[in-house]
Amino acid sequence: MNREDFLMLQQSDNIYLDNSATTLKPNCVVEKMVDYYTKYTSNIHRGDYDAAVRTNYEYDSTREVVRNFINASSENEIVFTKGSTESLNMVAFGFLKKVLKPGDEILINKGEHASNVLPYMVLAKEKDLKIKYIPLGEDYEINVSNVIKSITPKTKVIAMAYVSNVVGDIRPIEEIGKICEANKIYFVVDASQAVSHIPIDVVKDKVSFLAFSGHKMMGPTGVGVLYGKYDLLEEMDPMQYGGGMNQFFEDDLSYELKKAPLKFEAGTPPIAEVIGLKEAICYINKIGVEQIHQHELELKRYLVSELEKIDNIILYNKNSESGIVIFNIEKVFSQDTSIYLNHYNISIRAGNHCAKMLKDELNIKNTCRISIYLYNTKEEMDKLIEVLKNSKDIFKIVI
Amino acid sequence: MEILEDKELRREIILDNYQNPMNKGLLNDPHYVRENTNNESCIDNLDIEIKVSNDVIEDIRFDGEACAISTSATSIMIKMLVGKSVNEARKILQNYDNMIEEKPYERGLLGELVVFDEIYKQPNRKKCALLPRDAIVKMLNRLDEV
Repeated sequence: MNREDFLMLQQSDNIYLDNSATTLKPNCVVEKMVDYYTKYTSNIHRGDYDAAVRTNYEYDSTREVVRNFINASSENEIVFTKGSTESLNMVAFGFLKKVLKPGDEILINKGEHASNVLPYMVLAKEKDLKIKYIPLGEDYEINVSNVIKSITPKTKVIAMAYVSNVVGDIRPIEEIGKICEANKIYFVVDASQAVSHIPIDVVKDKVSFLAFSGHKMMGPTGVGVLYGKYDLLEEMDPMQYGGGMNQFFEDDLSYELKKAPLKFEAGTPPIAEVIGLKEAICYINKIGVEQIHQHELELKRYLVSELEKIDNIILYNKNSESGIVIFNIEKVFSQDTSIYLNHYNISIRAGNHCAKMLKDELNIKNTCRISIYLYNTKEEMDKLIEVLKNSKDIFKIVI
Repeated sequence: MEILEDKELRREIILDNYQNPMNKGLLNDPHYVRENTNNESCIDNLDIEIKVSNDVIEDIRFDGEACAISTSATSIMIKMLVGKSVNEARKILQNYDNMIEEKPYERGLLGELVVFDEIYKQPNRKKCALLPRDAIVKMLNRLDEV
């Protein structure tokens, strides 16, 4: 659907199926950013001329659009960052570092992306914390009973992706959020693979912090969001100090910072990218997140049903309810499969997908990942299926 | 031997070395020097170990997960280097590097390694072909330091 909105799809025959890595950008997002660069370039929050006033408006109004998109209580709970990775690092080193005590436990799981694992590992070493792993279920999914079983009186944080970037399972965030609230556990959710695929409601889900990146939702690279409950953001320390985030500073070393969210946005922010993110969200809202999810699911189910008929294809996540399919061709290294598909102009991802502990659960280190998005079509799936059916000649192509 | 103008034959050599590689599996013997080698940009990841006595490469072994090009390059390199003196090995590896990087090289020194002489046509695969070379050169340099 909506293929006409993407110049990249109009200009090439490529079948782009690496949407979990990054999505294509609709023309309106690109044009919105070009407008800023060609019609009203100026810095924010410091000029009185027309272009600066327009920039302030475009930048500042993005916060309300994001707030509405994830149903936060206030736009002051929306911090612009470089992306999910920065957002999650800010939570670990600006907040958790401050509030956690030696012996406290952080619950993660082995399917998590590096950005929602490594910050806690580093913090755990620094502060003598414990990292514990919620066991994955039969389909490598997170289920509520395993979460409950993993909680101890020392559990202070549960961190997980809303949707796994490999298995693609949608985690029961609302139920886990309730459990966290009842047990006074901070709930940190990486929504990178969820925003723009399923509706997000941070209030209903009772999350403490939620992170996502613009480029995985048709927005620009270099911009992301950290949502935090306002009282937690107030308690959280910034990682960077400079212009735009302070009230005053004097030669006697006295200074005062602005309140959240501005205290987290030191220096000139990625202005064009923030404005582009707003346009991306408006574009998604016009289509409807539920429609996007429905489309992805339909294509995934069709693809899985056809791939199941091919003898030498091993599927690892048939049942997860997102647009991600992970597989291998028997006795073929995943990267060779990806090079083979590239020969037919099909772009997928091979590797461990930055979830380097998942190998302990899947018993395989590397897989091929197909990730579907709104502009993919059934015809594209048919082409992919045909190429995979004929993979017995793979080494004639790869070598 | 001048070999392999025939594409099919080249492919067979690469494929055979990928599917039945030479010396796969590490020995964990303290007489070997070991080096891990991986591509930052992709997922090839190999451990290679080498045993040198009296300036002669007595054995090279490897293990890990890697693509057809990396694995077969490792296997063919092992066949080429075992039994050679360290200096001969360095010369082969330098010429191999030159071939992959499209610089002048002595083809006669490279034996079956010449099956990779067209890798430059796929620039993103050069690293795959160079993966074992990088590790073996590092290990030979370490031996020099001892």
